[in-house]
This record gives sequence, C-alpha cells and structure tokens, in this order.
Amino acid sequence: MIPALVVFGYLAVVLGIGLFAGRARPGAAGTGEAEDYFLAGRTIGPAVFLLSLFGTNMTAFSILGASGHAFANGIVTYGLMASSSALVIPLGIFLIGTRLWALGKRHGFMTPVQMFRDRWECGHIGTVIFAVQAVLLVPYIVIAVMGGGTTLRAVSNGLVPYWLGGAVVSLVIMGYVFFGGMRGTAWVNTFQTVLFLSFGAIAVVVIARGMGGFSNAMESLLASPGTAPLLTRERVSPLYFLSYTFIPLSSLAFPHIGIFCLTAKRLSHFRKTVILYPLCMLAIWLPSVFLGLVANKAVDLPPIRAKLEARATLAAPGAVLPPERRAELRAAASGDDVILKLVEGYAPLWLASLLGAAVMAAVMASDSQILALSTMFTEDVFAFYGGAARFGPHVQVQTGRIFVILLTVVAYSIAMAAPQSIFDIASQYAFAGYAALSPLLVAALFWKKSTKWGALAVTVWSAAAVAGVAVLQATVPAPGPGAAVGVLSLGGVEVISRVASGTTVLGLLPVVPMTLISALLMFVVSSLTPFARPAPATMIRYKV
Amino acid sequence: MARWLAMGAWHRSISSLRAALVTSITVLVYALHQDFWFWRTARPLVFGFLPIGLFYHAAYTALISLFMWYLVRAFWPSHLEESSGK
Repeated sequence: MIPALVVFGYLAVVLGIGLFAGRARPGAAGTGEAEDYFLAGRTIGPAVFLLSLFGTNMTAFSILGASGHAFANGIVTYGLMASSSALVIPLGIFLIGTRLWALGKRHGFMTPVQMFRDRWECGHIGTVIFAVQAVLLVPYIVIAVMGGGTTLRAVSNGLVPYWLGGAVVSLVIMGYVFFGGMRGTAWVNTFQTVLFLSFGAIAVVVIARGMGGFSNAMESLLASPGTAPLLTRERVSPLYFLSYTFIPLSSLAFPHIGIFCLTAKRLSHFRKTVILYPLCMLAIWLPSVFLGLVANKAVDLPPIRAKLEARATLAAPGAVLPPERRAELRAAASGDDVILKLVEGYAPLWLASLLGAAVMAAVMASDSQILALSTMFTEDVFAFYGGAARFGPHVQVQTGRIFVILLTVVAYSIAMAAPQSIFDIASQYAFAGYAALSPLLVAALFWKKSTKWGALAVTVWSAAAVAGVAVLQATVPAPGPGAAVGVLSLGGVEVISRVASGTTVLGLLPVVPMTLISALLMFVVSSLTPFARPAPATMIRYKV
Repeated sequence: MARWLAMGAWHRSISSLRAALVTSITVLVYALHQDFWFWRTARPLVFGFLPIGLFYHAAYTALISLFMWYLVRAFWPSHLEESSGK
C-alpha cells in the first residue's frame, strides 16, 4: 500500500504545481487572456521548452507500452519506435517547428488550423481539419487514462481498481489543465520529464542487482529456442521494420506539438531541443526496452510467470481456443505492467514507491493533448464562428475550461469500455492518422502551389483510411501470432492482410500507403485546382 | 557588375552544394536505420549483456544527436527570428 500512497502524494504535488502556475503570470504583460491561458503568453524558456516538449511526446506508451511490446517482441521494439523517432522528430522540429513558431509570432496564430485557414484562404475546410484532428487525438488521451488505471492497480496490488485509478488520474490531469492552462501544463510536464528521465537508469541498476546481473539472463534467453529470437529481429520483416519509420511523422502533425512550438519565447530555444531530443529518447527507451526483454527471465516473480504461461498457451501448436478464451489469454499475457512488476519484485519498497511515481509521470502525458483540443475548440470553432467577438476573451477561456471537463469525461468513458493494449491503440489509430495528415504542414510551409482543395483531399482521405482500418480490424478477427488472413488479393498477390498485430498492406503497415497517398493527393488535387491558389499578398506573408 | 553577378552565382552554387550535401547525409542516416547486417544475430553481447542489434540502435540514436548538432550549427534559420516581428 505504501507505493500507492507515494503515487497519491505525487499526484497531489503535480496538482499543486498546476494550481500554482495558474496564479503565476510571469511575462504575461501585453498578452491577451486567451493567449496567456492557452500559450503561456509565448514566454516559455529554453529548459522548460525542451523538457516539456519531450514529455509531451512521451506517453504511457513510452514506458509501459514499450516495455510491454519488448516483453513480447524483444529488441525490435527499440528500432521500430525509438531510433526512428529520434531522427524524424528533431528533424521535424528543426524544419517545421521553427517555421510554425515564426509564423505564429508574426501573425498571432494559436493553432495550426488558424494558419491553414489563413494560408489557403478557407473557412469551413479548416473546420473539417479541426474535426478530423480532434477525433484522432481522443485515442491518444485515452491511453493516459488506461495507463493511469493500469499503474495505480499495479502499485497498489489491486487495491485500487482499474476504473478508480483511471478516474483519479483523469481528475488530476483535468484539475491542473483547467486551472493552470499552458503554463501549468508545461511546468508539470517539466517536473514529470525530470522524474521519468531519472527512472530508467535507477530501474536498470536496481533490477540488475535483483536478478544477479543481466549476463546470465541474456545467455539463458539465447539458449532457449523459444526466447532466442527476442534478441534479434528475425521475427520481423525488413519491410515491416521500415514502415515504422513513417509513424513518427505523426508527431509533426499532432496539434499539441504544433501548438507547443508556439509557446517558445525565442527561436534559439529550439536549438537545444533539436540536439538533445535524441539523447532523451535514448535515456527513456533503452532501459524500457531492455527491461521488457529481460522480464522474460524473471520467472521467479509470480505475476510475470503467469504472463509467460498465458503466452505459451496461446502459442501452443494445434491449440484450438474459443475467441473468449483467446481474448482472456491475450489480456493475461499483456506486458503493459511488466516493468512495474519487475520494480515491485526487485526494488526495496521505498524505491519501488518512487519508481511507481516516475512511471505515473510518463503515463500522465495527456495533459497537453487535452489542452490542445481545448485551444483548438475555442480558437478554431468558438472564436472563428464569432463566439469570442460576441462574448469576449473571458468567456472564451471559460469555454475552453468547460471543454477540458467534457473531454476528460469522454476519454474516461472510452477507456473503460475499450480495454486493449496501449501500444496497439496508439499506433493503429492516432499515430497512423496523424502521419497521413503530415503533408498538410509540409505543403502549407514549403509548397506555394498547394491549395485548400488539396488540403481537403488529404484530410478526407486520412479520416477515411483510419475508419477503413478500424472497420477492417473490427470485422476480421486477428489470427494467432505469425499467421495472416488474406483480406484482398490482386493477381495472386496478397495486398491487404489481417495479422495478429493489426493490418498490413503489401507487407507494410497501413501508415505507409496512407501517408504516401496523402502526399500524392495534395500534389494532384492542388495541381488540378490552380484557380484556388491564394492571392500573392497572402503568399508573401508565408515566406519562411 | 559582371564580377558581382559571378560572385552571386558562385554563392548560389555553394549554397546548392551544401543543401545537396546535407540532404545526402540525411538520407544516409535514414538508410542506416535499416541495419539488415545485424538482423538475425544477437552476438556479440556488448558489455556482456546488450545484444548487438540493440547496441547498434542505441549508438545510432547518439549519432543522430551529433548530426542534429551539425544541422543546427550549419543551417540554423536565424532569419526567422528577425522576420517574426517581435
């Protein structure tokens, strides 16, 4: 129970930081009430900018999802998500983030949709982009609720049930976003990032001691034919591996990242963020993946032994299991809480408690998404359709706060109704959808001939593709590990297949064709609609 | 005048060369992610416990940081700060 109390203490501290930030308004002189609440008055300093931006990108999925995925799939997890993100995300911040910042300062934008509307001289198409972005962001927020429920249940040994853990985490996040706005969110994110950056190194040392060193564990994993492939990538095809490099493109298109880029006080704050981002990725992901892998030898811990037994039953050759039993075994074999079980099993109680709080820090990274959605709603819908002009900036901020509450309730309800692997939800819906939307930003900033109709085509295609994948996966049951069910074949070639981890298109993740077709649509539709190109006066304002 | 134009052309071609160089390096770094040479092997275990495939990608991540340092140093868009109006 002590770890649970420490985690509750941590939650109280986080709430306190958010409330305090809500009262502080440093450097806000001259900025409007809305700009101060939603963008911290564009006054975020370099350290908070780096740590908060990094923390915003790291969700439950970075620690819990990564170690859970590595527990089942081995070292491939790091190459799939960490090293590709370490390249694509800082490159995107360098090329796109800096330009968003400059345009935001120059023209007073608070959301990417405001920029799209102005750049492409459109109104309702911007509303369509807002709607698709909003719907795609909700799963990302749901992840935090699920992670909160899983973490509190694990650290309290089941005393705090999943539903209550999710509710507590949701309420705390809602509290500091509601009162603290962007400043509170950035400060909390900074505190959380420091906590979970220090988590990895401490956890590795403690667990290594507990297991009597890692060398024996690795040799033992290599000696068994069942676990040796976890130390290589032989179970994953190079095409599948390659397609994962498209997923970090989503980070460039996530509105909370775009909006956060607008909060920096100076352009120079981006420098350290671009350089240090890969090292932060290394510090978080290497321990998470390694510990997830090594958990396969922690058979002296009963909860982990139970997971391994469930996995063995699922993979037994010739086993015919009813769908309910299969789903039950999948849930039992899920490794999302494996890192917590390792810490609990090998760390002294006081340290396990602190580490539990650090894991909770990573889990609670949905604050920025909630605030971003609130900012988008108030700026892209409420203000755009005359609400701000009619009721004033104070009502606009209050509307944003009410939206925060509504969003929290919706995300919590979905999280309780859809218990699924954190990693799966994140990668299959939100990430793929946003990656497909990334040509919007690239075209808006770098291609003068892009038009609003190209932007609409990209948006509609992204939404339709995500819906198509979701429907496919809901109607065609997932086969067992390693098997594939053909869904569409042309000329004897399997084009679309349903596999255990989701769907593949010609052996690639759906995110690859989704993104490439998006880029193609932007090019073709914009080329076909030259009459819709913005006026030269508009284009001059977008010279970056 | 002719000399001035020649100087301008020279600067433009140097600028294009630098852009081509950095694009090539970026493509190379991206390609290095697809390390098929360590695909099916776990050995050697670096430091006695880290499979070579995992070590490679950890080192690759650190290398990216160096690459970003070069990008920031050589291609920083400082004109954006001046044009931001604040």
